[in-house]
Amino acid sequence: MKAKHLQLLGFSLVIVAIQLLTQFTNSAYHLTQLTMTAYYSLLIVGLCMLIGYAGQISLGHAGFFAIGGYISAFLTTHDLSPYKTKGIVAVLAKAGVLTTRPDLYGGDLLTVNPWASCIMALSAAIIVAYIIGGPVLKLKGHYLAMATLGFGIIVYRIVLGSGLLGAADGISDVPSFRLFSGIEITGRSSARVINYYIAWGLVIAGMALLLNLIHSRVGRALASIHGAEDAADAMGIPTAQYKLKIFVLSAAFASLAGVLLTHYNGGVGPSEASVMKSVRYVAIVAVGGMANLWGALAMSLILNYLSLRGYFGTFDDAVFGGILILIMLFAPGGLLRRQILRDIRHIFGAKGKDQGGEAA
Amino acid sequence: MNIELFFQYVVAGLTYGAIYAIVAIGFNIIYNATGIINFAQGEFVMLGGMTAVTLNHFIPLPAAILGAVLVATFVGALIEIVFIRWLRGPSVLRLIIITIGISILIRETALHIWGESVRALPYFTGTSVTSINFRGVYVSPQVLWVIGISAVIVVFLTLFFNHTLLGRQMRACSANRDAARLCGISARNMVTLSFMLSAAIGALGGCVVSPITYVHYDIGTPLAIKGFTVAILGGLGNSTAAVAAGMILGIMESFSIWVLPAAYKDVISISILLVILFVRPSGIFGSAETARLKEF
Amino acid sequence: MTILSVQGLSKRFGGVQAVSDVSFAVTEGTVKALIGPNGAGKTTLFNLISGFLLPDRGSVVFGRTPVQGLKPHQVASRGMARTFQHIRLFPKMTALENIMVGRHIHSRAGFIAGMLNLPFTWKEEQRVRDKSLEIMQFLGIADLADTEATSLAYGRQRIVELGRAIACEPSLLLLDEPAAGLNIRETAEMGKLISRVRDMGITVLLVEHDMSLVMNISDEIVVLSYGEKIAEDTPLAIQKNPEVIRVYLGEENAEN
Repeated sequence: MKAKHLQLLGFSLVIVAIQLLTQFTNSAYHLTQLTMTAYYSLLIVGLCMLIGYAGQISLGHAGFFAIGGYISAFLTTHDLSPYKTKGIVAVLAKAGVLTTRPDLYGGDLLTVNPWASCIMALSAAIIVAYIIGGPVLKLKGHYLAMATLGFGIIVYRIVLGSGLLGAADGISDVPSFRLFSGIEITGRSSARVINYYIAWGLVIAGMALLLNLIHSRVGRALASIHGAEDAADAMGIPTAQYKLKIFVLSAAFASLAGVLLTHYNGGVGPSEASVMKSVRYVAIVAVGGMANLWGALAMSLILNYLSLRGYFGTFDDAVFGGILILIMLFAPGGLLRRQILRDIRHIFGAKGKDQGGEAA
Repeated sequence: MNIELFFQYVVAGLTYGAIYAIVAIGFNIIYNATGIINFAQGEFVMLGGMTAVTLNHFIPLPAAILGAVLVATFVGALIEIVFIRWLRGPSVLRLIIITIGISILIRETALHIWGESVRALPYFTGTSVTSINFRGVYVSPQVLWVIGISAVIVVFLTLFFNHTLLGRQMRACSANRDAARLCGISARNMVTLSFMLSAAIGALGGCVVSPITYVHYDIGTPLAIKGFTVAILGGLGNSTAAVAAGMILGIMESFSIWVLPAAYKDVISISILLVILFVRPSGIFGSAETARLKEF
Repeated sequence: MTILSVQGLSKRFGGVQAVSDVSFAVTEGTVKALIGPNGAGKTTLFNLISGFLLPDRGSVVFGRTPVQGLKPHQVASRGMARTFQHIRLFPKMTALENIMVGRHIHSRAGFIAGMLNLPFTWKEEQRVRDKSLEIMQFLGIADLADTEATSLAYGRQRIVELGRAIACEPSLLLLDEPAAGLNIRETAEMGKLISRVRDMGITVLLVEHDMSLVMNISDEIVVLSYGEKIAEDTPLAIQKNPEVIRVYLGEENAEN
C-alpha cells in the first residue's frame, strides 16, 4: 500500500480512536469543539497547499471563509416571500431550491435550501478568487502580503457594516444542513457523533484529494514552480494559471469550511472574517511545516481544539501571534519539517531508505 | 453643498492625511535602511497615544508626550534588537510574518494593559469646542497642531538626513550597506536607529491626533494598511512624496462618504491600495523601472 | 530549412543598449553558436528569443510563426526548450523528477484528474517516468535517477539540466553556457552529448565561452560585441575574421 494510503488510514483510525475515547470517558461534549476543529482544518489544509506548495502567502483567507459562511447564512435565513413572484426568486422557486419553514414567531419563511445555498456560496467564493487572484498573484513578497491582508479587511468591513448581514451581531438561526434522509449537519447534541464523523470524513476526503494532487503531474509542476519559477516557465508550465488555480482551490476549501461550520454552529459573525483569524490560520500552517499537509492538519487539530476549549483564555490571539514569531525566528521551516522527522528517525535507528525518504 | 462644508471636509481629510503620512514616513525610514516593511508601524502610533494618555494622569501634558515618545522609541529599539538584529539573511516571507507577529503582540499587550476603552489626550490648546474661524470655515486649533507638528517632523527629518553626520550615515547604509560598513559605519546600529526614529515620529503623531481621532488598542492595523497605501502611492522610500500622497488619500477618504456609508471608509482606502498594487506599484512619483529592480 | 529567424532585435535597459539590431537565422538540424566577450548581450538575446524579455523592436520567427511577445511557457510549448546560465534545477526534487518536469507538455493529467487519481493518469505517469529514464540512459546518468538534483556534482547537474530540456522533445534547444564551470574532460563530454542531441534531429543554438567546444561542434557561429552582431560564418572563417580578433584580442592582433 502506498505511503499516502497508509497515512490516510492511520489518521482515520486516530479520529475513530478519539471518538471512542470520549465515549468511554463520558465526555462526548468534547466532540462539539472537535467537530468545529475539523471544519477549520479543512480551511487550513487548503491554505497549506497554497502557501507550501504554490509558495504564495495569503493573509486574508478568513475572507473566503466568511464569504462562504455569510452567503449561505443569508440565503437560508432571509425571508424571500415578499419577492416570491419576482425575477430571480421566481426562477429559484421553479428550480425547486426554495423551502418554506416556520420562523420563530409561527409565520412562514421562504428561504433557499442549504444544498442550493451551499453551491451558490461556493460559486461566489470561487468567482471572487478568480477575479482577485489574477492580479494579486502577480505581486510578490510584501505587496502580495498586503494585498491579501487588504482583501480580508474589505470582506470584514463589508460584513461588519452591512445591516443586511447582521452588522456586528452577524446572522443567527441558520438552519441545519440536511445532507440525506435523516443525516444533517447540525449542532444539536443528539447528532454529535454523526456530525463529528461527517466533519472529519470531509477533512479526510479533502486530504485525499490534495495528496493525490501533490503526487500527480500537476503536483510536480507546482513543486517546480515553487522551486524555480522561470525554469518551470521554460518547461512549458503555465505558472500564472497554475498559481491561480491553487489559489481558487484553497479559496474553495476555505469557503466550504465556512458554509458547513455556519450550519453546524447555527450562525456566523464578523469575527470569522477578522485579520486575527487569517493570521491564526497562517500561524498554524507555519508551525506545521509550510509544505507539510499532515503537519498542518496535526497542528490544526491541536491548536484549534485548545483554542476552542478556551485554554488560551484572553490570550488567544496573543498565543497565535507568539507562535508565529517563535516559529519564524527559530524554525522557519516549521516544527514538523521533514528534516526534523528524518533526524528523529535516525536517532531511533530506523533502517531503510530514509536518504531520499518521502513523506506527504 | 456649500463652500464652507467643502472646506470642512478638506480639513478633516488633511488631518487624517497627516497621520497617514507620518505612518508612511515611518515605513519609509525603516524600508530605506533595511528593505523591511515593518507591519508593526501602526502600533507605534497607538502606543504613543495610549501611553501619553496614561502618563498625563500623573504629569503635565508636554512631559506626558515626551514620555510617550521615549517609551515608543525604547520599544522600537527593543523590537529591532530582540527580533530582527540577529537574523541571518532572512527571507522576505519570514520578515513579513515576524513583523506581523510583533504587531499582534504589541496589540494584545495594549489590550491587556488598557482594555478596550477609547482614550484621548486633552486638546493641546483650547477645548473640543474651540475653533478658529477662517472665513466661515471652523477649524479646531488641534488641526493646526497636527499640521504644524507634521511639518516640523518633515523639516526635522529633511535636515537630519541631509545635514547631520548620523543622517548621512543612515542614507549611506541604505544606498549600499557593504560600502557603508567599509567606511566604518555600523550597519546594525543604523538599523536600530531607523526603528527608533520611526517609532518616535509615529508616537508623536499618535499623541497629536488623539484628541481628534481618539486612540484605542485596535487602531494599529488599519493605520498600518493606510500608511502603507500612502507609502506605496508616493513611491516606497520617498518620504516627501508620502506627504503629498497622505493628503491625497486623506481627502479621498473624507469625501468618500458622498459615495458610500461611513462604515465603509476603510473599504475605500484598501481598494485604492489594491488598485495601486495592481496597476502601478511604483506609485505616482516612483519610477516603474526602479520599482521592478527592487528585490522582493 | 530555417527553424529560427531573428530580425532586427533590439533591447534597451535604462542607459544601456543591450542588444542592437541583431539579425540571424538558424538552419534546422545544425548547431549554431553565439559567442562574444562578456556583456555582449548573449544571454539577453536568449531571453528575448525564449520569451523571457519583450524586445523593444524586431521579430523572432520560430518555424513559421512569430513568437516575440509570447510568454515563456507558450514559446516552450511550441517546441523551444532552454537551459540557464546559472543552473536552475528544481531543489528538493530528484534528478529523475527534474527530468520528468520536462515531460509536462507531453502529458495531460490536469487538476481534476490529479485530485481524483483517475486511472488514465497511472499509465501516463508510468510513461513519463520511463521516457525520462530513457533520456537519462541516453545521457549516461541513469545511475543518478534517485539522487537529489542539487546535491549532485556541478558537471552532473549540467547534464541533468540538459536532460530536462531534451525531455520537452524540442525542435530547437537553447543552451546557455552549457560548459560553464566544467573542466576539460567534462567539457569534451558535454560537446559529445550536444553532437548526439543534434544527431537526434534537434537544432541547437548555444551561447558559450569555451572556444574549443564552440569550434569543435558548431556548424556556424554568430559573434556579438556590445549588443551588435559583428560576424556570422563558419568556425574556420570566424577564426580568421579580423573584426572578431580585434574584439577578443585587441587592435594590434587584428592587424597581424
